[in-house]
Amino acid sequence: MGELAIDLRGVVKRYGAITAVDGLDVQVTAGTCVGLLGPNGAGKSTTMRMLTGQTIADEGELDVLGFKMPGESKQARAQLGVTPQLDNLDVTLTVEQNLLVFTYLYRVPRKERKAAIARGLALARLEDRRDTRVDKLSGGMRRRLLIARALVHRPRLVLLDEPTVGLDPQIRQELWALIDLLRSEGTTILMSTHYIEEAQRLADTVLIMSHGKAVASGAPADLVAEHAGSEVLEVYGGPSRLAEVEQEAQAKGLSTRRTGTSVAVLGTTDGFDGDRRPANLEDVFVLLTGEEIG
Amino acid sequence: MTAPARTQRLHRFERSAMSGVLVREIVNFSSYWRSATFSSTVEPTIYLLAFGFGFGSLVSKVGGYKYVEFVGTGTVATAVLFSSAFPAMFGTFVKYQFQRTYDAILAAPVDTEELVTAEALWIATRAGVYGCVPMIVAMFFGLEPRWEMFVVPLIAWLAGFGWGCFGIMVAGFAKSIENFSYIVSAVLTPLFLVAGTFFPLNKLPKWAQVLGEVNPLHHCVQLVRDSAFGVLGWVDLLRVGALMLFGVLIWRLAIFAMQRKLID
Repeated sequence: MGELAIDLRGVVKRYGAITAVDGLDVQVTAGTCVGLLGPNGAGKSTTMRMLTGQTIADEGELDVLGFKMPGESKQARAQLGVTPQLDNLDVTLTVEQNLLVFTYLYRVPRKERKAAIARGLALARLEDRRDTRVDKLSGGMRRRLLIARALVHRPRLVLLDEPTVGLDPQIRQELWALIDLLRSEGTTILMSTHYIEEAQRLADTVLIMSHGKAVASGAPADLVAEHAGSEVLEVYGGPSRLAEVEQEAQAKGLSTRRTGTSVAVLGTTDGFDGDRRPANLEDVFVLLTGEEIG
Repeated sequence: MTAPARTQRLHRFERSAMSGVLVREIVNFSSYWRSATFSSTVEPTIYLLAFGFGFGSLVSKVGGYKYVEFVGTGTVATAVLFSSAFPAMFGTFVKYQFQRTYDAILAAPVDTEELVTAEALWIATRAGVYGCVPMIVAMFFGLEPRWEMFVVPLIAWLAGFGWGCFGIMVAGFAKSIENFSYIVSAVLTPLFLVAGTFFPLNKLPKWAQVLGEVNPLHHCVQLVRDSAFGVLGWVDLLRVGALMLFGVLIWRLAIFAMQRKLID
């Protein structure tokens, strides 16, 4: 295993009576893309904020790029790129001005500023929009700019908090191409998402979070093989039939999950009438977190 | 596992961190300078004209000066207040609550201390410039130019720093933007009226005079007047000291308030 870009051990964060992060361990090897997968409220955003020192953990050890958090967070932040979940671009400024401001905030040397802005424009594919005000851009363009803005200083580690949330499927795929490009350049990426497909396509390693804890981690294919087996049987029927199937399967010690109009029986394809299909990450996710995904 | 190569150790109060915040403000200013300049200059000028001519027709002289000149120098402090405390209050609130700008800045190598300091420096600089407007307007109504007037932007800068920090502090402690009305009604309006801007404080009851002496706005008014009329004395050094004390104290409180707001 290579060096660790992120190393969290036993991290706890409480807000009053609520424990948002509850003894979390996360290891991200340099040069890999890790997907933090979990339902809303699993503690993904809190974890992201702790990595930039904007949320201070109550317990546990946090190393980011070899720097201890929160004491050395400023050094870590100098080499981090962050894309927040909620767009915080300066909307009355132009695309180019937004990038310019960030070359200063991230201390890009004067001589390299122009090149950094040009690279950002190219990455966001907004070269012909450099003088457009941000409030005149489409949602997808804004999101591309938000990602490009986080990269002006060529960070060693990029944090993407729900990079495609609330976007059209087509725009989502556009962004996946952008993230995949970063990945292929060797940038370490930690991406939080609640879209299974996003994690499956982009992440080398997926870490499933539930109620502030890591409940499983590994390569998507390994996770599927380990927790859901190779095939799943999808049994269709009316509500009463589905309830019966669930009971029968549980009596045999098999796991099931409801998917609205069907019950998926994991781990076997014998004993019931239904359609076989390959197991997927969604099965694992639902099995481990007990939650359906939107 | 080996520790990654370390870059140079970063310190508190770095110039590059603060210039990043300042560049953001300056670039943004290019998109809204018209409205900011309008509100920061027109409002005090209206006060100057309304009081200068309204009261000026009843009272021709106050404290030995023509009333329009008395008010013209006094409203420098008004202009400072309007271009520092108010934009700081609303601007800060909007930047963390609605635009979430501060989340983006603090994810960069900038600490809350540097963020607040840079914002206050920027507001102070604007106040230093806008503060001079009423005095310049008063010159058109007969105020004699003097060399000492060149210290007025510095006084306005110093007072603007304190009031800018005050606005940031209020925004940092405020739970909602509605809370601002308490501060405006209960703090800013009384201080604005009992600052010696429109009438001298020495004819007021003792308690009002004492209140005036702890009002930073009053020190600003007196300093500007003493400079503009060429009667600076030792007591003005104390006033400068009072403004510096106000600035430093509120600056630390503003950092404390914002730290609590931005880092959880």
